Amino acid sequence: MATAAALDFEKPIAELEQRIDDLKRLAGDASYGVALEIEPLEKRLTELRREIYKQLTPLQRVEVARFKLRPFTQDYLDRIFTDFIELHGDRAFREDAAIVGGWARLEGETVMVIGHQRGRDTKDNLKRNFAMPHPEGYRKALRLMKLAEKFHVPVLTFIDTPGAWPGLGAEERGQSEAIARNIFEMSQLGVPIIATVIGEGGSGGALALGVADRVLMLENAVYSVISVEGCAAILWKDNKSIESKERAAKALRITAPDLVELRVIDEIVPEPEGGAHTNHDLAAATLKSTLIRLLDDLRGLRPEKLVRRRREKFLRMGQYIG
Amino acid sequence: MAWFRKERKPRQPRREKLEIPRDTWVKCEACGHTDIRDSFERNLNVCPNCDYHRRVRASDYLSILLDEDTIDETETELRSTDPLNFPDYPARLKKSITNAGDQDAVITATGRLAGMPLNVGAMDFAFMGGSMGSVVGEKLSRLGQHSLEKKFPLVIISASGGARMQEGVLSLMQMAKVSAMLSMLAERRIPYISVLTNPTTGGVSASYAMLGDAIIAEPGAVIGFAGPRVIKSTIGQDLPDGFQTAEFLLEHGMLDAVVHRHELKATVGRLLRHMTGKPAATGWSAA
Ligand SMILES: [Zn+2]
Repeated sequence: MATAAALDFEKPIAELEQRIDDLKRLAGDASYGVALEIEPLEKRLTELRREIYKQLTPLQRVEVARFKLRPFTQDYLDRIFTDFIELHGDRAFREDAAIVGGWARLEGETVMVIGHQRGRDTKDNLKRNFAMPHPEGYRKALRLMKLAEKFHVPVLTFIDTPGAWPGLGAEERGQSEAIARNIFEMSQLGVPIIATVIGEGGSGGALALGVADRVLMLENAVYSVISVEGCAAILWKDNKSIESKERAAKALRITAPDLVELRVIDEIVPEPEGGAHTNHDLAAATLKSTLIRLLDDLRGLRPEKLVRRRREKFLRMGQYIG
Repeated sequence: MAWFRKERKPRQPRREKLEIPRDTWVKCEACGHTDIRDSFERNLNVCPNCDYHRRVRASDYLSILLDEDTIDETETELRSTDPLNFPDYPARLKKSITNAGDQDAVITATGRLAGMPLNVGAMDFAFMGGSMGSVVGEKLSRLGQHSLEKKFPLVIISASGGARMQEGVLSLMQMAKVSAMLSMLAERRIPYISVLTNPTTGGVSASYAMLGDAIIAEPGAVIGFAGPRVIKSTIGQDLPDGFQTAEFLLEHGMLDAVVHRHELKATVGRLLRHMTGKPAATGWSAA
């Protein structure tokens, strides 16, 4: 399948895909000769994807993490879970579509799934507010987590947000309090929590779904205290040029391997060759088997032990002298 | 980990190093009122003319809140490192240590408030904008552990622009770290009071600052998740007058009270007495 909108550094991949597509179309009912010609090209395509993705720069990973064709929370919901029933609203102010959540089944077992939801087109993005939640989004998420706890059901979160929304209403209704409350409550929730950064993990708005027994990152996801643009603006008064953004992306150490090294995440979930956007089904299948395995480890633990270990995990984070 | 310092170094030298003469003229940033520094200081750096609460140092808050000669600073050995090899971070740290005269953006101490034992963490905006990195998180977390062991109430005075960018995602995780500690205090019913001073924004505001059993703020303090400039550029219009001030937050239900600096000690004391089942104090807190 030729990817209509490829990322800049994917141009060689897109061109090769195009050539293969053209050949296939020319061949019509697949004459033997053309098939022979296509085979090495497809092999080359796989190699090319591997080569390019092996040497992604941190900034290129940011682009992959934000790519509009990348699977979003709803795409994983459709592929990993069955029997999903979406729950809406914070019971106080309004529904916030920047976060989706509800009951679902993982291999038949009930779980609570909560995730940031990006939009794929402008209309959808307006509805989802570019996956930048207001306080009511976080409060809905917390309501769902408490509901899960009440019925002894594990919580699975998917993190994919540029950050919490910085606007008038959000401030008036206590954006800080909403994020703080989630972080606090997640550190004492008596059911297993697994958080997965599937795309962009933007600062406090991400952490508000991120205090978990196991924290995972997809191979090309990023997780950061500030956007590369924000960092570049502060350091070099330049949030536009590639060079400046590249320096910021590198300095902030935001890729999955960085976060393993900094002991902030537990595991990297591999993506299909050439990124999760090339094969949603495969990306979802890998994540699914990882979630099942980790949930099996956590299910047997008593709530007190879960909570104690989760707190200890976060109490250990940070580096200092003395 | 030795909790208390073996020898108590006198606090005086740090202050003297930064000391400007007591009779220097000082001008109020808000109304322009001019007086000698000594007059401002005797008034806890609140402008005698317009009541503007001038920014003071973390060590000043310890003196404001705790009884004289009871302040025992803790965890003074913790130092920031440069876990990411972030551009210029070691140099900035060095400069901040020289300029601010402190080792990082929070001072933690054990002391007494009207005789009640208490743990206090005071953030210092003068040190890299009060930014929260690993040292801030670790000092507060150890202070909380000490509160757990001794059942001492905890007070954190915030003054911060948010997480310390130079420590990347590790500074983000300090939000979770300190909040995890607070959830342990809550479980054991040990009171935690959060005091917000100017400014309290970003990752500090979106974690421990907003988690107090009581949340009080100084008049006029700017408090919010996003900074005013970020919001302005997002919505493309000017912010309403008084937006994100302590009074604005009080009106919107985000604070228990806005408390004058002169009343801070008495208010914290009365709150703690209620929450720890002690009778009302006589004399000093009669107000
Ligand atoms: Zn004045």
